[in-house]
Amino acid sequence: MMMKKSWKKALTLLVVSSLTALALVGCGSSSSTDNKTTSDTGTKKTDTVSSATLDAIKKRDKLIAGVKFDTNLFGLKDPATGKVNGFDIDIAKALAKDILGDENKIEFKEVTSKTRIPMLDKGDIDVIIATMTINEERKKQVNFSDVYFKAGQSLLVKQGSPIKTVDDLKGKKVLAVKGATSVKNVKEKSPGVEVLEFDNYAEAFTALKSGKGDALTTDNAILMGMSQQDSSYVLTGGLFTDEPYGIASKHGEDEFTKYLNTFLKKINDNGDYAKIYKQWFKEDPKK
Amino acid sequence: MIDFTILTTYQDEYLKGFMTTIEASLLGLVGSFIIGVIIAVFRISSVRPLRWFGTAYVEFLRNIPLLITVFVFYHGLPVLHINLSGFASGTLGLAVYTSAFIAEAIRAGINAVPKGQMEAGRSSGLTYIQTMRYVILPQAIKVVIPPLGNQFINLVKNSSILGVVAGLDLMYFGDTINSETFDVFSTYIFVGLFYLVLTIPLSLFVGYLERRLARAY
Repeated sequence: MMMKKSWKKALTLLVVSSLTALALVGCGSSSSTDNKTTSDTGTKKTDTVSSATLDAIKKRDKLIAGVKFDTNLFGLKDPATGKVNGFDIDIAKALAKDILGDENKIEFKEVTSKTRIPMLDKGDIDVIIATMTINEERKKQVNFSDVYFKAGQSLLVKQGSPIKTVDDLKGKKVLAVKGATSVKNVKEKSPGVEVLEFDNYAEAFTALKSGKGDALTTDNAILMGMSQQDSSYVLTGGLFTDEPYGIASKHGEDEFTKYLNTFLKKINDNGDYAKIYKQWFKEDPKK
Repeated sequence: MIDFTILTTYQDEYLKGFMTTIEASLLGLVGSFIIGVIIAVFRISSVRPLRWFGTAYVEFLRNIPLLITVFVFYHGLPVLHINLSGFASGTLGLAVYTSAFIAEAIRAGINAVPKGQMEAGRSSGLTYIQTMRYVILPQAIKVVIPPLGNQFINLVKNSSILGVVAGLDLMYFGDTINSETFDVFSTYIFVGLFYLVLTIPLSLFVGYLERRLARAY
């Protein structure tokens, strides 16, 4: 009886929530088409586009960017100076320079994976530049720019290791962190691999250093941080999952997204992007 | 609601972990008992340096978290080029840690036997060892059994420490199952039940031993 009742409840909930979702999606798409029709009547030149977000930034004379404060290499707050540094931060500064002509006309607000979309919706921030992976689910909630960083799962090994690709892992011991999707991914890519899981990255890296395993696997950005700490460990095998990071802005503001894409192309062409990339990841960006 | 399909889907993992936990517990039990007896003998010895060593050992190990002891074996020993597996360092850490408590329990039991017993034994012509063996220890064991039983039950539960050094025990597989199912409650309820399968019989056995020894005199 109990079972039946709760099943009924769950079913009702499912139906109601899916209907709501449908309605929401419907609203979203109709409003974005509205936007397109109005903006199409505007000028075609990208550097003189007008969009609500862009206007607000110019009027305020300051860009407000939502960034991570706790992520090594991307956005990390230095407790000594109180300043946030990282790849995402420098991209945001370049954007401020592009819009307002001064890279210091910018304010950083801390976001987490949970808070970033609500903060964008509320208008607390203009853009999210916070290690945010572009995916279909999120595209329903925000606009994404083109990819500005190619993240994905990779392998960290001792220099000179025979492991060159993910296929070489068969029968080898791979170290990973509990609760991460990286375990599932590596087991799928290389069946028969033995995975040892640890509570955090520091422990996993220590275990790799003392030879408890042959490779460590997780996102390339985290591995790059480890490799910078101890250069006798290097990334290998390229990326075997695809997690492209994009700059997110308000859903439906397609003109602003276009502006962001032009901006990304510009810094790509003039070498600023490569400079920023090299500063943080100590290597040239991959084509 | 407890999702019983987790138990059937991941039965291989649960069983593998369960077997490792039994193995680690048995090895830990034997190991900690042997080390514990030796340290207890040191602590009541009349040789001063041995007494000092025993005291230092007990105070050092029982006053730092088990986690750190195990980390020293797992992450620390490689500095000396001794590279132990997660299972080995976890079990060793467990035995060393528990032995400090066992040494204390045994020492307390021996000290609980009145001094006059030793004096009486010695004046009857028995040697120190003989007095220990035939007079003191049989009396001490009754006092020692309950705290010793507690330590052994603790040891079985503490074996979950293997989970943090990839020791492939019950807790380790609990964590990995959890990260796939995201059903924290069900996953760990089953882990807990497996521990109960080990600790309840152990607990009953200790109780039985207590009653039997109480009858003996």
